[in-house]
Amino acid sequence: MATITYRDALNQALREEMERDPNVFLMGEEVGVYQGAYKVSRGLLEQFGDRRIVDTPIAELGFAGVGVGAAMVGLRPVIEFMTWNFALLAIDQVVNSAAKMLYMSNGQIPMPMVFRGPGGAALQLAAQHSQAFESWYAHIPGLKVVAPATPYDAKGLLKSAIRDDNPVVFLEGEMLYNVKGEVPDEEYTVPLGSADVKRPGKDVTLICHSKTVAVALKSAERLDGELGVDAEVLDLRTIRPLDVPAIVESVQKTNRAVIIEEGWPFCGIGAQVVDEIQREAFDYLDAPILRVTQADVPMPYNKQLERAAKPHPEQVIDAVRRVAYLD
Amino acid sequence: MATKVLMEALSPTMEEGRIAQWLKHEGDTVTTGDVLAEVETDKAVMELQARADGVLRKVLVGDGQTAEVGSLVAVIAGADEDIGDLGAAAPKSKPEKQPETQATPAAASPTAAPAAPAAPPSGDAAGERIKASPLARRVASERGVDLAAVSGSGPGGRIIKRDVESAVPAATGAARAGWADEGYEDVPLSQLRKTIAKRLTQSLAPIPHFFLTAEFDMERAVEAREELNARGDVKISVNDIVIKAVAAALRQHRACNAWWQDDHIRYFNDVHLSMAVAVEEGLITPVIRHADRKSLREIATEARALAERARARKLKPEEYTGGTFSVSNLGMFGIDEFTAVINPPEAGILAVGALTPKPVALDGTVTVRRRMRVTMSCDHRVIDGATGAQFLQTVRLMLENPLAIVW
Repeated sequence: MATITYRDALNQALREEMERDPNVFLMGEEVGVYQGAYKVSRGLLEQFGDRRIVDTPIAELGFAGVGVGAAMVGLRPVIEFMTWNFALLAIDQVVNSAAKMLYMSNGQIPMPMVFRGPGGAALQLAAQHSQAFESWYAHIPGLKVVAPATPYDAKGLLKSAIRDDNPVVFLEGEMLYNVKGEVPDEEYTVPLGSADVKRPGKDVTLICHSKTVAVALKSAERLDGELGVDAEVLDLRTIRPLDVPAIVESVQKTNRAVIIEEGWPFCGIGAQVVDEIQREAFDYLDAPILRVTQADVPMPYNKQLERAAKPHPEQVIDAVRRVAYLD
Repeated sequence: MATKVLMEALSPTMEEGRIAQWLKHEGDTVTTGDVLAEVETDKAVMELQARADGVLRKVLVGDGQTAEVGSLVAVIAGADEDIGDLGAAAPKSKPEKQPETQATPAAASPTAAPAAPAAPPSGDAAGERIKASPLARRVASERGVDLAAVSGSGPGGRIIKRDVESAVPAATGAARAGWADEGYEDVPLSQLRKTIAKRLTQSLAPIPHFFLTAEFDMERAVEAREELNARGDVKISVNDIVIKAVAAALRQHRACNAWWQDDHIRYFNDVHLSMAVAVEEGLITPVIRHADRKSLREIATEARALAERARARKLKPEEYTGGTFSVSNLGMFGIDEFTAVINPPEAGILAVGALTPKPVALDGTVTVRRRMRVTMSCDHRVIDGATGAQFLQTVRLMLENPLAIVW
C-alpha cells in the first residue's frame, strides 16, 4: 500500500477511469498544458491528448454547458472548476440542466457527469473565495454530492462518481490536496452514499465531512486525553444520498452528537443531519444535538479573524462538554 | 328557477375573492354574460359574469367583502319567483378577518379546559413539566423510575440518563402497590397443578433428601452422538444418552432403583425411567419402560413420542406411573445445575444441567471440553451417601466412555 497525497489520489482516479472508459474526458480551466491549477491533472494531457484533456476559456457557464451537452449525447464528462466559488457562474447548468435532465426526459437523456473542484476556505482568500457550498447542491434533487476527506476516499469516491449515471457534485479542498494517506495498489472503489467511522468511540458522535474530519479527529484525541471522553468520528463522505442508518446507529450507541461542517449554520448540512437524528433516534438522545460551523459571516480576510471564523477543535470540545454534561 | 351566483375561481390559485364593486344591484335585470361585479383575486381584478337570465334578486356579499371560492354571493331568479331560503342563506363572507379570529376565544370558553396531554408523564402531579432527555425518559420507563422523584443534573434541571441510572431503581414499595392496583387474577387449580402440589409437598417435607453433585466430561458422548446422528434417521439427543446411561447404571445399582413403601423398600428388577416433561400447566413424568433394555434409537423415538403426547395432554395413566427412577433435564434452558425434587415413591432423581464448554486440566494441559453437571437427589431412607455416590460413579463411567453402557 502506497502513501500518496489526496491530489495524486484524484489524479490516479482520473487516469484509471479514463483508461477504463474512452467516453470519460476532463474539461476545465488550465487542466491541460498547465496540468491543473492544483496539479490534479498532472500528466493527463500527455497520456490522453487534447481531445480528452480539454483546456477552456475562463467561461464557467459555457464549459459547464458543453459538459452537459456532451453527457446528453453519451460521453462521461468530468468538469473541473478551479474552485467552487467560480462555479457560481455555472450554477444554472448544474442545477437547471444537469440535475433536471434525467427527470424531465423520463430518463431518455443521459446525464452521467461529474463537476469537481476545491470548495470551502483555504487561507486568506477572503470572503468571495472561501465558501463551502455543499448545502446549496445537496438541496437539489437530482444531484449527488460527495466530499471526501482522505486520499483513500477521494480516489475511491471519484471513481464511483465517474461511473455513476447521475450528475455528481464532487467537492475537494485546497487544504486537502497535500494531505497524505494510504491508498491500495490494487483497484478499488468507495460506494457513494456510505459514511465511514474514522474513529470508533462510545461517548459522543462527531459527525463531519471533508476538512472537518481532521478537526473532529484532533478534537477526539484531545477529548480522550483531557477529558476521558471517547468520541466516535463519523465521516459522512457523501452528503447526498446521506447515510442515515450509519448516523442513527452511531447515535444510538453514544446518545449524543456534535455536527461539524465548514459551511454556514443556517440551512447547513448539520441542520439536515439533526433532522434525521431527532426523527430516527429520538428516544436515544440524552442531550440536544449541537453544531459547530463557520461563523455566520462572510469569511474575514484578516488571518486571526479567519481562524476564529472557521470551525476548530476548541469549539468542538466545548460542544462535547455541553452534550456530555461535563460542565 | 333560481340560480345561485357563486364566487368563481378567477385565477388558478384563487381561494377567495373580494367584491370590489357590484356593477348590478338588487332588482336589476341581468342577461347571461353580463358583468355582475368586479372581483379582486389574489392576482388582479376580474369580472364575475351572470350565468343565467333574470333579475338579480339578492346580493349576499356586499362591496368590499370577501367570499371563499364556491360560496354563494348572490341569487338570480324570476322577478316574482319565490327564492325561499336562498336569500337568507348565511354567506360565507369575511368582511375583514375578524369573525374567524373572534370565534377562537369563544370556542376556548372556560369550560374547555386545556385537554390533558395524551402523552405520557410530561408533568408531575402539580402539572408542572418535568424536563428530561428523551433517553432519560425511555430508561426511566424501562426501569420503572418515577421521573418526578428524580432530580436533574442537566442544564435547567434537565433529567439526563445518568440521573435516572443513579436513582433508586424505583421505590420498590410503590412499584408493588402499582402492581396491586393493576389487579390480580385468581386462577383455580387445575387437576394437574393440584397433583403437582400434593405430590411435591409429600416429597420434600417428609423425605429426608440429600444431594450429590458431579461434573462429567461429555466429549466422547457428544462425539458418539454426532457420529450416530450423521448416519441414522433417528436423531438422538444428549438427554437420550443420559437416559440410556442412567438406565444401564441402575441395572448395576439396584439399591437406587427402588420405592420407599413406609414399612418396606421395594427394589425393582426392571428399570422404568421417568422423565420430567414441561407442559403448559406444569410438568408430568412419562415413563420409558425397560429403558435399560432399549436401544438408543428406541429411547429417542419413544422419548419424543411421549413428550409430544404429554404436551398434548394425551398420556394414559399407565404411561406416567410406575417409574422406578427419574431424570429431569433443564440444560436446554441454560441451567448449569439444579436440585430436583424426588418423585415419590421413587427414591432418586437425577437433575441434568447444560452441556458447557469449559477449560479443564487434562494430561497436564488446559484444554476446552464439553462438560455437564448433574445433581442426584436421594431419599436417605432408601439410599445412603456412598450408595448414591457409587451409582453416580457408574453413570460417569458410562457417559465418559459410552462403550461402557454395553459393557
